[in-house]
Amino acid sequence: MAARILGWLALVALLAGLGAAFGYAPREAVQGNVQRIVYLHVPAVLTAYLAFALVFVGSLGYLLTRRPGWDRLALSAAEPGVVFTGITIASGSIWGKPTWGTWWTWDARLTSTAVLFLVYVGYLLLRGMIDEPDRRARAAAVVGILGAANIPIVHFSVSWWRALHQPSAMIGPGSAPYPWWMKAVILLNFAAFALLLGYFVARRAEIARLEDMHAG
Amino acid sequence: MIATGLDARRGPMRPLPASDLMVQAEHLRKTYGPTRVLDDVSLALGPGEGLTLLGPNGTGKTTLLRILATLQRPTAGTLRIGGVDALKEPEAVRGVVDMVGHGTWVYEDLTAIENLRFWTTLGGHDAARPRLRAALESVELDTVADQRARTFSAGMKRRLALARVLLGRGRLLLLDEPFTGLDRAGRKWLGEFLMAFKAQGGALIVATHSFDAGVGVADRVAILAGGRVVLDRPAAELGLDDLRRLYDELAAGPGTAP
Amino acid sequence: MSAYVRRAWIVVWKDVLSERRSKESLNALVFFSLLLLFVFQFALGPDRARVETALPGLLWLAFILAGLLAFGRTFLVERENDCWEGLVLAPGDRSAIYLGKLAGNVLLMAVVEAALLILFALFFGLDFTAALPALVLVLALGTLGLAAVGTLYGALTAQLRARELLFPVLLLPAVVPVLLGAVTATQSVLAGQPLAEAMPWLTLLAAADVVYLVVGMLTFEFVLEG
Repeated sequence: MAARILGWLALVALLAGLGAAFGYAPREAVQGNVQRIVYLHVPAVLTAYLAFALVFVGSLGYLLTRRPGWDRLALSAAEPGVVFTGITIASGSIWGKPTWGTWWTWDARLTSTAVLFLVYVGYLLLRGMIDEPDRRARAAAVVGILGAANIPIVHFSVSWWRALHQPSAMIGPGSAPYPWWMKAVILLNFAAFALLLGYFVARRAEIARLEDMHAG
Repeated sequence: MIATGLDARRGPMRPLPASDLMVQAEHLRKTYGPTRVLDDVSLALGPGEGLTLLGPNGTGKTTLLRILATLQRPTAGTLRIGGVDALKEPEAVRGVVDMVGHGTWVYEDLTAIENLRFWTTLGGHDAARPRLRAALESVELDTVADQRARTFSAGMKRRLALARVLLGRGRLLLLDEPFTGLDRAGRKWLGEFLMAFKAQGGALIVATHSFDAGVGVADRVAILAGGRVVLDRPAAELGLDDLRRLYDELAAGPGTAP
Repeated sequence: MSAYVRRAWIVVWKDVLSERRSKESLNALVFFSLLLLFVFQFALGPDRARVETALPGLLWLAFILAGLLAFGRTFLVERENDCWEGLVLAPGDRSAIYLGKLAGNVLLMAVVEAALLILFALFFGLDFTAALPALVLVLALGTLGLAAVGTLYGALTAQLRARELLFPVLLLPAVVPVLLGAVTATQSVLAGQPLAEAMPWLTLLAAADVVYLVVGMLTFEFVLEG
């Protein structure tokens, strides 16, 4: 029930966000329409962070209470989290291509996000390798907790590292600050993605619950 | 308490909240996916009591012992050990339970006495050399105290494990097939060891498919078949022949009429 | 000595004793380091300037590769001797076991890293003596971070079928900050810069070490069950 409401809200918000990204936001002078990808790129990475925060909460919850519901939350958030991370990387890459001429640069956000991607793909791989529910949940929880605790550390280390090697910043992927209306559209899309995340998590958790019931 | 040679070396038992029963397991169930290894197993055991758990291999004896040892969590059911909820507080229970299972916890590159020193210190007990040596004497391994465990036979490793038990302060001893690999003298020795353990107030559960040796130490006998306890009676009530007959019938599986 | 420290210490004692008797890990790791040297040389070619430029990265590449081997084997002796359950059932705070295993790993890596430094100096004609104290500090902080995560994940994957695959897959992304910090700091130190230059990185390393240690100590008991 909750999932369905979230789903509809997400759809409405996504349409609004899409409209704002293409209709309301102006075309950027230097980069052209490709710059609009920021309205996908930044909300995606923010939503990924939100997803991994949920993984952290679920992991902690399971270790403290041993109730499977928490583990299901962690799993259900990790999968879309990885997807949103992938979207962040892909959109960043696509954005960078016309601007910088290459598909990949070791730009701070892109690199951090790539590391995050690797961490949580590892999380999902680990889950796939353990059959026993309690052991799987415990092992995943430990990785989920360390992964989340590592996010700020990764962020700082990569930014500093990049600052050593990066020429002066230019408007493009990874640069800030954004004018107020850009922030507004980004926020709108973030809200839409967050609702979408909520929808995915709710649905996936329900499937997981049914799977557990069937197995037990 | 009866003063046996074992007594003096064991030291005082660890104090626990008072409880009538040492083990109180109710409706334990363990499933691995679609396989139901244990189904509605209930057990009760008091201090100084010995329970022999009989059953053919693969019927869940080891799983049950591992659950009682808090090595595994049951899918359902409750378990109290020494009055403490073992599922909520496995930590509190671990100092009280000792298990001698298939793995004997022997580091092959270490000598007998070094092995004891490791496990005893890890368990938080006094690991003074004289105490370790005395334990080795009790299990008749003092002659090989400084030999690397790599050279030990299976029986010797098991005796080393029992020396480890002596140095701890466990009140519940779980043994999984302890008689395999022991010759007649070894079995006799182990039987005496277990009787002395019970005499001191310890409780024990011996899981075995070896009929004769296991029953000797039992105050109660239970038969585990198909994941269920199909018999649980005081040993005194049953003659050995009756027990053997029942065992053959029940262990053959459900559907065979007694 | 408090009981906690005594228990951590006995784990180190046992591991050092086992290793000294069996000599499995240390010999193989040092030999592995020697092999790495040759591989690096062949991969980079004879140009010595090239090696010197790449040196900080090469060093840490070697440390991480050796670390993957070393940390993956953290609980091998328990697995081989069927002693894992003994650790699981050990009463009391099991983070003492984590610290003991961690200390053992750090000791092992210290020997391997020293051997690597000597080998690098010998084979590539390098001189570390001027930078040595600062270098040791960087090595210590970096190794601690690697070992903190390595010991935790080593335990986590110890009982898994796909251990050899999963362990590097889990460890490497998690220690990216350590790698970045350690390589940058090593570069600064080897270039003869004063320690103050590398200080922000050393602080980052230290902060990361603390986080990893705390997570390791708090979560180890959950890894060690069943």
